[in-house]
Amino acid sequence: MSELIIKNLHATVSGKPILKGVNLVVKQGEVHAIMGPNATGKSTLAYALMGHPDYQITRGDILWGGKSIIGLTTEEIAQMGIFLAFQYPVAIPGVSVANFLRTAINALRKAKDPDDKGIPIPEFRKLMLEKMGILKIDQSMGGRYLNDGFSGGEKKRVEILQMAMLNPKIAILDETDSGLDIDALRIVSEGINALRGPELGILTITHYQRILNYLKPDVVHVMINGRVVESGGPDLALTLENRGYDWLKVENGQEI
Amino acid sequence: MSDSKRTNLIRGVDQSRYGFKDPERYVFKSRKGLDQQVVHQISTFKKEPKWMLEFRLKALEYFQKMTIPNWGADLSKLNLNDLYYYVKPTEGEGRTWEEVPDTIKRTFDRLGIPEAEQKFLAGVGAQYESEMVYHNIQKQLAQQGVIFLSIEEGLRQHPQLFREYFGKVVPYSDNTFAALNSAVWSGGSFVYIPPGMKVDLPLQAYFRLNSANIGQFERSLIIADEGAQVHYVEGCTAPLYSRDSFHSGVIEIIVKRGARVRYTTIQNWSTNVYNLVTQRAHVFTEGTMEWVDCNLGSKVTMKYPACYLMGPGAHGEILSMSFAGPGQHLDSGGKMMHLSRDTTSKITSKSISRGGGRSSFRGWVKMKQGVEHAKTNVVCDALILDPQSRSDTYPDLSTEEEKISVGYEASVSKIDEEQLFYLKSRGLNDDQAVSMVVSGFIEPLVKELPMEYAVEMNRLIQIQMEGSVG
Repeated sequence: MSELIIKNLHATVSGKPILKGVNLVVKQGEVHAIMGPNATGKSTLAYALMGHPDYQITRGDILWGGKSIIGLTTEEIAQMGIFLAFQYPVAIPGVSVANFLRTAINALRKAKDPDDKGIPIPEFRKLMLEKMGILKIDQSMGGRYLNDGFSGGEKKRVEILQMAMLNPKIAILDETDSGLDIDALRIVSEGINALRGPELGILTITHYQRILNYLKPDVVHVMINGRVVESGGPDLALTLENRGYDWLKVENGQEI
Repeated sequence: MSDSKRTNLIRGVDQSRYGFKDPERYVFKSRKGLDQQVVHQISTFKKEPKWMLEFRLKALEYFQKMTIPNWGADLSKLNLNDLYYYVKPTEGEGRTWEEVPDTIKRTFDRLGIPEAEQKFLAGVGAQYESEMVYHNIQKQLAQQGVIFLSIEEGLRQHPQLFREYFGKVVPYSDNTFAALNSAVWSGGSFVYIPPGMKVDLPLQAYFRLNSANIGQFERSLIIADEGAQVHYVEGCTAPLYSRDSFHSGVIEIIVKRGARVRYTTIQNWSTNVYNLVTQRAHVFTEGTMEWVDCNLGSKVTMKYPACYLMGPGAHGEILSMSFAGPGQHLDSGGKMMHLSRDTTSKITSKSISRGGGRSSFRGWVKMKQGVEHAKTNVVCDALILDPQSRSDTYPDLSTEEEKISVGYEASVSKIDEEQLFYLKSRGLNDDQAVSMVVSGFIEPLVKELPMEYAVEMNRLIQIQMEGSVG
């Protein structure tokens, strides 16, 4: 089993320091949650992990399978099995969900085996319909243009559909619960749970306890002011739900 | 689309693989340049009636008085005296591929034409240099009165019908290059669809330039009688030479009452070809004309398909797509002339520029006084892939009538970095990500193409995109 090790990670956006020494280890098979108030660097961590060109890593390291992934391109990181479910998935007008999924699957297969001929269409269709069923996504979704005119809930479901089909080793879920109503949250969470297993490590970023009721993380972290300031079991999330973040902000020198 | 089987049937549009050259062979080649003698030679070779020779000579006289347009793309390097105006590749035209000389047949084999004919076409015409070398249509269509012949055979076999319409939609005085074409035209198709007849599968004409410094001047005449329907597709390729070649076709279409014609062009000339084409349709009461114009190749294209909406309820539509790469200037668009009440038109343009390429869109819409309840909608979207490239839009809407409806929208966009990041985060590389956004951009237009062409178009876009990033 491989592990994702984030070591003393510092990152800036447009010269502004956002991450100030993040330490975190996520193993395949584990579920971690990162909680924290707004603007403490949670999404920055997600983007920095995926190699977004606007996010400069200034210190520290990210290791996957014992090797640094800093400096790799976004597609290389994706091809290693690291997946980001976006908080705000962008629309790609004119590109159908099915076409996109098949292209992505084939890109990953090709990265593993340059001679790969691509997933056969019947196999692809079967896989897509099966995963759509689990996530209660209507089959017609395959023909719609990716994220184009989707509701907030549809976007999040399709992010998880992508995760289900691309079969990553580490999945970062950036506020997958935001914008979902109670029923959608349950369906999406159940979908994520259905994907859990010894091969998949999950790092879920959230403001709220409610998705954790379904996901039942092994470890909960709190991020404040660009650092992980507290880690604990599932009960830490409950404490935060009751007490808020202020006590941690005070302890970590951030003005309230 | 995504689930369709990839087919290589219309391989002609893949310039990178089909830029091959055959050794030059011909039975006659006019000397360089143009004068009355060359026109006489062409007419003699074709054993034309006197009226046609006279038409050609009048057109030549008119052409010689005209100047090369100084608007649109740069034509200053086009040397019309340096061209061969007529190159006859074979003695005659084949009805079966066996009758086509081997070297030429091999060319069309490599382009996948005979295979496409068997699989999904109602008829095929193939032009090599100046002459049609092959023309054939499904037997039962011919028996039902559908005419699909080379333009020369059309003139020979149907002189009255031919003369009634030839030069009426595009008179030689239409523009400089229509005049030139009228003087030296050679090759092209003659199509007649009888009343009420619906031809389900497309008719395809395929144009190939092989030699350097050649001018190809095909001329097509398509007549859809009342209530008839037909889809005509043309594809074009040529090998790349250091010397420029020239293609200047004239297409005339008559859409009678209630008829429907779609004319699709997939233009993939090599990037040394000047492509200056005049396409016009007369659309009568309740008729529909659709021009689908995809321009990927050529050095310079100037091409503005037009619909003259002559009867009440006539509808004209232009779907224009251009992809200008390094060294290319594609100046395209369309014209809609509303000449009757209750006429409707729509122009949709999607252009892509990359690597210093330039695309221009011109949309003319004219509405005469008295065309009450006429409606038009013009939408043009441009996508610019890098700072070296350029896109321009020249709308020109004029109307003398008040009781009309006019819609116009234009947008220019760049590829959004966040779209690319999103796609790359799923494992796609730069090229794949950009070409996916580009394919999506033109999807509304590509989905109007028959499946085989749509698949090919997407493949071609990917080829055009390869190595375009970074």
